[in-house]
Amino acid sequence: MHPVLRTVLQRLGLGVLTLFVVSVVIFASLEMLPGGFAEAILGQGATPETVAAFNREIGLDRPATVRYVEWIGNIFRGDFGYSYAGLGGSIKRSVTDLIAPRLYNTFFLAIMTAIVAVPLSLILGILAALYRNSWYDRIVNSVTLTTIATPEFFIAYLLMFFFAIRNKWFYSLSTVSDTTDFIEHIYRAALPAITLMLVIVAHMMRMTRAALINLLASPYMEMAQLKGVPRREAIIKHALPNAWAPIATVIAFNLAYLVVGVVVVEVVYVYPGIGQLMVDSVSSRDMPVVQACALIFAATYIFLNLLADIISIVTNPRLLHPK
Amino acid sequence: MKSEKQRVRGETLLEIRGLRIEGNSDGVWHPIVKGVDLSLKRGEVLGLIGESGAGKSTIGLAAMGFARPGCRIIDGSILFDGIDLRAAGEEDKRTLWGSRIAYVAQSAAAAFNPAHKIIDQTVETAVRRGVMDRGKAVADAVDLYRRLQLPEPAHIGERYPHQVSGGQLQRAMTAMAMSCRPDLIIFDEPTTALDVTTQVEVLAAMRDIVEQFHTAAIYITHDLAVVAQMADRIMVLRHGREVEEAPTRVMLSEPREDYTKTLWAVRKLAKPESVSDDIVLSVRNVDASYSGVVKVLDNVTVGLPRGRTVAVVGESGSGKSTLARVITGILPPSRGEILFNGKPLSRALNERDKDTLRRIQMIYQSADTSLNPRQTIRDIIGRPLEFYQGVQGAARDRRVAELLDSIEMDESYIDRLPTELSGGQKQRISIARALAAEPDIIICDEVTSALDQIVQEEILTLLMRLQKDTNVSYLFITHDIATVRAIADEIVVMHQGKVVQQGPKSQVLNPPHPAYTELLLSSVPQMDPDWLTNLLARRAAGKAGA
Repeated sequence: MHPVLRTVLQRLGLGVLTLFVVSVVIFASLEMLPGGFAEAILGQGATPETVAAFNREIGLDRPATVRYVEWIGNIFRGDFGYSYAGLGGSIKRSVTDLIAPRLYNTFFLAIMTAIVAVPLSLILGILAALYRNSWYDRIVNSVTLTTIATPEFFIAYLLMFFFAIRNKWFYSLSTVSDTTDFIEHIYRAALPAITLMLVIVAHMMRMTRAALINLLASPYMEMAQLKGVPRREAIIKHALPNAWAPIATVIAFNLAYLVVGVVVVEVVYVYPGIGQLMVDSVSSRDMPVVQACALIFAATYIFLNLLADIISIVTNPRLLHPK
Repeated sequence: MKSEKQRVRGETLLEIRGLRIEGNSDGVWHPIVKGVDLSLKRGEVLGLIGESGAGKSTIGLAAMGFARPGCRIIDGSILFDGIDLRAAGEEDKRTLWGSRIAYVAQSAAAAFNPAHKIIDQTVETAVRRGVMDRGKAVADAVDLYRRLQLPEPAHIGERYPHQVSGGQLQRAMTAMAMSCRPDLIIFDEPTTALDVTTQVEVLAAMRDIVEQFHTAAIYITHDLAVVAQMADRIMVLRHGREVEEAPTRVMLSEPREDYTKTLWAVRKLAKPESVSDDIVLSVRNVDASYSGVVKVLDNVTVGLPRGRTVAVVGESGSGKSTLARVITGILPPSRGEILFNGKPLSRALNERDKDTLRRIQMIYQSADTSLNPRQTIRDIIGRPLEFYQGVQGAARDRRVAELLDSIEMDESYIDRLPTELSGGQKQRISIARALAAEPDIIICDEVTSALDQIVQEEILTLLMRLQKDTNVSYLFITHDIATVRAIADEIVVMHQGKVVQQGPKSQVLNPPHPAYTELLLSSVPQMDPDWLTNLLARRAAGKAGA
């Protein structure tokens, strides 16, 4: 077996193991939350008897280990269970049905943002490395530093004020539903996407610049110059292939953030993504939904980091072509 | 050196007049090159020689019209084939670089881009300039690889730089420089990072190809014996100025300036050998490995007499530094035992008591990285005094001052930081730190390799005096035969993890030798300009005879 394939399989195995550990942590920490679904839903009427009856109804009276094994076993079969919210009533809502449209919206926003942000930050970073210490470099650096330092909700409100209220170019609220068509969806999600872009472009662009500048002092870059390779070509052809590993890592980190860290932006724009769903479910103690969301977040992180690892391996000839 | 009939009688190719270059450190510009004149004819090889800081690499790069970041050419003229390189724009210089003036860097391993195949890097400039199309350029590169005697010339280019050896990479870099048939090649210490046995082949290959294509070259090195083989003329540099310049044979036989003579004199340092049967450290049948698979040490037996110096010589990968790691306990051996003062020594570091640790000390090659840059000399030398002997406060400072005195440094250095000292002074501090423990044995791992020759001599003289004063034993690991000659009582020759030969210096250095010792000793460049030619002829004859 090629050593690279073996490493990839090893990482994949480790990823699955991590996911398993994460599932235990999620389940255990949610167990430790004070109060339960019954208290949350019954409110004033939560006497010990009604709570116990309620818990018996949704199976919460059984030991945590039993419930964990049942939960994880069902997930292996693709069944995330039912939301507590509909249990006992006439409409049982499966967690999958609940999450699917929200997850679609979140991925829609994430992909829309990434398609613009990743190439943009690579280009900005490469240009900043190429024209290091020029006016361009300084301006890009200070602008990106500002957008990193500004809280995202503040950026969101600023954009909303200027582009939705002062100039009525966009809607201030990004409400979408499953009947919204594709183009309309893009239009409505534009402001949240721009907000997220401002946050992540800064991070990725600065890393690209730093990774490249780090290599500019290496002897092979001097050699390229003394072989008559023009500066721009030297950076793209001689520096960039050696810089992919750190760049891929930071891109993976930011893409994961687009899926798991966007709740603030979703709330500001009232965009129905998975972050909002999770926050709502935590406050109503709707555990099956919270657990499923947390597991999806963890899987996203693990998958994207695995992808970054693989990119680091395949762009390193020492690993790809061993002696 | 080239034979007489091939001596150069061409037109002038490069003319440098009044070259002055400044370097920036901590925001202050200070002179590096202080007015150097230099001229080179077509097909001629000029050797630039000097110690570190002489400005030889800076001049070599300036001959291309290039100054490294942090350097600037402030005065003088650089005329290459009638083109004024100081006035030329970046674009004009770029068309010259790689095609008419090429550069061969010191470390080929660092100067090749790890991300691209060797062949792609070799033909890059030729294809870009449109000198030839890719197919033709590749065929030509294969021809150059063959001329440079690279193994499998047709396929070696398909490899990545990390897949071939250092000596092969250095030859591939020469092929890269040759690909556009430049008028001038700058060789910047091209064999310094190589082992001596590899160096011979690389030197021969570079000399031949430069001769075949009648290419002019500037050959930069700190090694006189090497430059004597390569250059038609030699220029000696010191502190950014020319000391003297003469044809190679004249320079070797009749150096005019005192400084040049001192460079020659370093090689004459030699300690009379003295043997002893009082063995303080005995390594017996030791095997060691890092991965558990490949043996880095294979059945190694070495004895170190009290108050004497045993030099361990070998090339990189011979296992000589691993031997040091096994003795110090950093790498426990997989087989065999080590006797210290007659008693078995614990295999691993953490099983040894403080007194044993104190008795075995170590000095490293790079004082820069082995001294903590944030600690003063007082702390660096005082630490072993506190740790091993429990000496504190004023008594400690008195002892530090004594130790500074014994390494011939002033007491006033006590509050300095390592970064304020020269390379030689830093290595002296490392010696004092080892001495502070009052050890029985000091393991010296290539301690003079990073130093200039004159400083090397001072350090070696100091080590010998300290041995006389304290009766300490040295296990002296080195790849440099001149150093061995200077200080050893006994010599251990190592090759691929095995001891090839061990004995008193006079015995090991004089024939008859085992085959590997012969190869190693004969590969050490000599001051004779015909040494390389004669050596290659002898080896060819030997091969034909066999």
